[in-house]
Amino acid sequence: METRELICINCPLGCMMKVEMDRTSVVSVSGNTCKRGEVYARKEVVSPTRTVTSTVAVKGGVHPVVAVKTASDIPKSKIFDVMAEINRACAEAPVSIGDVIIENVCGTEVNVVTTANMSKV
Amino acid sequence: MYDSVIIGAGVTGSAIARELSRFSGEFLLIEKNDDVCTGTSKANSAIIHAGFDAANGSLMAKFNVLGNSMMDEVAKELDVPFRRNGAMVLCFEEENLPRLRDLYERGVKNGVPELKILTGDEAREIEPELNENVCGALYAPTSGIVCPFELTLGFAENAADNGVEFRFGSGVTGIEKTSEGFVITLENGDKVETKTVINAAGVYSDNIHNMVCEDKIEIIPRRGEYIICDKAVGGLVDSTLFQLPTAYGKGILVSPTIHGNLLLGPTAEDSDDKEGIDTSAGGLADVMKFAALSVKTLPSRQAITSFSGLRAHSPKHEFILGEQSVEGFFDAAAIESPGLSSSPAIGRFIAEEVAKKLCAEKKADFNPIRKGLVKPNEMSFEERAELIAKEPAYGQIICRCETVSEGEIVASINRTLGARTLDGVKRRTRAGMGRCQSGFCSPKVMEILARELNMNLDDVRKNEKGSYIVLEKTNKGIN
Amino acid sequence: MKNEYKIVVAGGGPAGLAAAASAVENGCPAEDILIIERDASLGGILNQCIHNGFGLHTFKEELTGPEYAARFEEKCEELEVPFVLNTMILDISKNEDDTKTVTCVSKENGLKQIKAGAVILCMGCRERSRGALNIPGYRPAGIFSAGTAQRLVNIEGYMPGKEVVILGSGDIGLIMARRMTFEGAKVKVVAELMPYSGGLKRNIVQCLDDYGIPLKLSHTVTKIYGKDRVEGVDISEVGPDGKPIPGTDEFYSCDTLLLSVGLLPENELSRSLGVELSPITGGPVVNESLETNIPGVFAAGNVLHVHDLVDYVSEEAAQAGKNAVKYVNGEIGRSERKPVKITTSNGVRYTVPVFVNPENAEDLITVRFRVANVYKDKYINVYAGDKRLVHRRKQVLAPGEMENVILKKADLMAEGLEEVLVTLEDE
Repeated sequence: METRELICINCPLGCMMKVEMDRTSVVSVSGNTCKRGEVYARKEVVSPTRTVTSTVAVKGGVHPVVAVKTASDIPKSKIFDVMAEINRACAEAPVSIGDVIIENVCGTEVNVVTTANMSKV
Repeated sequence: MYDSVIIGAGVTGSAIARELSRFSGEFLLIEKNDDVCTGTSKANSAIIHAGFDAANGSLMAKFNVLGNSMMDEVAKELDVPFRRNGAMVLCFEEENLPRLRDLYERGVKNGVPELKILTGDEAREIEPELNENVCGALYAPTSGIVCPFELTLGFAENAADNGVEFRFGSGVTGIEKTSEGFVITLENGDKVETKTVINAAGVYSDNIHNMVCEDKIEIIPRRGEYIICDKAVGGLVDSTLFQLPTAYGKGILVSPTIHGNLLLGPTAEDSDDKEGIDTSAGGLADVMKFAALSVKTLPSRQAITSFSGLRAHSPKHEFILGEQSVEGFFDAAAIESPGLSSSPAIGRFIAEEVAKKLCAEKKADFNPIRKGLVKPNEMSFEERAELIAKEPAYGQIICRCETVSEGEIVASINRTLGARTLDGVKRRTRAGMGRCQSGFCSPKVMEILARELNMNLDDVRKNEKGSYIVLEKTNKGIN
Repeated sequence: MKNEYKIVVAGGGPAGLAAAASAVENGCPAEDILIIERDASLGGILNQCIHNGFGLHTFKEELTGPEYAARFEEKCEELEVPFVLNTMILDISKNEDDTKTVTCVSKENGLKQIKAGAVILCMGCRERSRGALNIPGYRPAGIFSAGTAQRLVNIEGYMPGKEVVILGSGDIGLIMARRMTFEGAKVKVVAELMPYSGGLKRNIVQCLDDYGIPLKLSHTVTKIYGKDRVEGVDISEVGPDGKPIPGTDEFYSCDTLLLSVGLLPENELSRSLGVELSPITGGPVVNESLETNIPGVFAAGNVLHVHDLVDYVSEEAAQAGKNAVKYVNGEIGRSERKPVKITTSNGVRYTVPVFVNPENAEDLITVRFRVANVYKDKYINVYAGDKRLVHRRKQVLAPGEMENVILKKADLMAEGLEEVLVTLEDE
């Protein structure tokens, strides 16, 4: 049995949680104040995921870059691969929130979408 | 061949340039940095001293008192903010009152007008925030506060407008005496020929002097650290408060600045680094500690920035002025405090000496007037509204803390000897000098600089070479 | 732009947008409201906060800053609230008839004076600068407040530098540690003067721990090296007195120093208007209506006190908008009764509001506050004399997080009640 300590990131409460593990399977979660904490803990110890937010180049916009995010979370291990894809991408003004910039980024089945509006110059 | 080359675009060199531009001739000012007012002139107490401090009969006393008396006219002609706010030297112990009297007598002998000895209570009547234990004060109503950037810029721009050529980024690596005059070698290898040389190189004035003269001089950079407080407490005192020197040191001043901040400082520490304008934990702590002696409550939490400057101190503690042992080589060296106060008088004296040497005539078309930037903040509502209606850029506020508009920033870039860097804009317009210390406005000022000077954002510098602000574009759209 | 409005909202960030929308929803015709924004777009600092984590409370989903701002912008757009951009308010003054005169300036409209029935202050906050910390050393390029760096990277698309040290573990600093890492910079260390972080725990996990960026608590920058550009910093351990311990300094080479050392409400306009400010929050002292000591001047968001979550800013600002409408409709009572003062002790640093006029209050009154230290297993207790009004257990309280208690109007209506105490106790 192995115990891992985690801080829940679901909300600002930041619960200190203990996860008891039997090799790769979770035996129990304690310290959480809500169900979301348990869900997070079970996922975090087995297959952690994160939402990536960054910017992509934009052609003809009022600013040279526009904000983007992965539409949902992606495996933590793929963050820098996703960043490399994002850095290669380019949007064209005008941009509206939710425009898909990259489909299925790095085979994660998650799209990279814009999170800000930008008008043309 | 130039008639004269001035080395150094501080307040001294710029004042000399302006006074020299009254005469006909070919004049060049060379400066190692990329702007005027980048050395001692940018980091000092910004006080136009009354002149009671310098030793009787010294050049310091003579030029201080004369320079002070010239300031009203200079400020008016060059559109420089200046105010005679008066100064007090505070005495904290009864047994030191005789030393206050000595200072008074020295001042009278120096020719300082209107000096008065006040009791502690009389002093507190003028300055209610004075510490309760102040038992006497020397009061000098002619002491003033000035914007040192604007004074230096005023001299320099007026000189340029009257035909003096300016060359920046031009450090001097050698000076050779020739039969006709001098050949000056610049850092980039260029050679400049001139009949006369004027050394106004501040903390480097010994290097320049010693390139030419046999009788060597020594300049010791004497570091002074300062703290500036928010305008919210700029009205704590109206006069400049000095302290009578004691065993603990020369004392720390507390003064309003011409722009309404509160200035505390300086320390005095000899250094061997002529670029060593760093502040120290001990120095800044001393500034706070000793400044606190002068007033009831020091608003120490209102500090918005700190800086340090180097005085061009000579072991003899005296200005070195005029033609030296080598004919045609003029010094305005060892200009430490009261150098800023003396600058109008030093400028006139050196210019006249050089003109005499060159047998130069006064020009009929010399224009003594320099107009500073348009200052919407100082206008009436109607004037300001009219200005903005005519030139809308004056309606776009870039620096929130000091309410500086795009119009002023653009004008500061596109005028005589215009700003090329963030600090250049700051010294000319005050954008970035306020309480947020350029947090909000620096990206916007950078954009304006890039736009007006047709460069990229990563070419915009804070001041000298190497002081880039952003390194490069983020790595985007690289396929 | 008209010359007269019922309500002028000073600032078009999250607070201003929520206040304006709420004012319309509470019956003020949209055309009688004006939002004045100094920047080129609405949304305020949210526009550069491209990370996610906004809106969990308000929208039950995780949005990025610009997305959160857009929700409120769209709402104001639907409600047809007028706004002006690139417009700086130079002065707010009060007139004898209790209206206010707002002097503002822009390229487009020039210098203008606008008469306002009520003003809602929503100017936000600014970052503490290096100068305020008096860090010794040179003054080279490469020292940025974290927010300035955030703007340069996220909006302008430029990297300040490649080797970064961050002083202060405020949320913007933590967020920028991750952001700079994403963009290829090496963040060497985050130093925090206090023995605890000023940021949210989730940010420490997601922005530092994820990328192996060390957080050094009880450490500060004691020297800055580099004459033209930052070349490195000394970081020293600080003792319990908050002073650096001599001999503990360690050199970190870096080209960039980011500062995330606290936020200060921007109250220069408020001060010159004569608004009473709290020495603790730096924001106006307000009553239950979020009204300042000047009748008809309200405040909400970070200009009032620095919030941890934007959701609470929106909530608070909506309250201010509603009350401003009540004010212009003459529905805020001015009774003879002295307001109930909310006092604090045992680590409760301040409360917003400070005063409550119970007859003007909603049935439930949200009192927000922050604590001075990290506390574990404490009770938030509120007393009216001997009577305990609130008794709530908290596992953890930290200075980085805003707390709140809900008071009942009925409790505060008690005759003769002059003050209530908000405090932390072991039971």
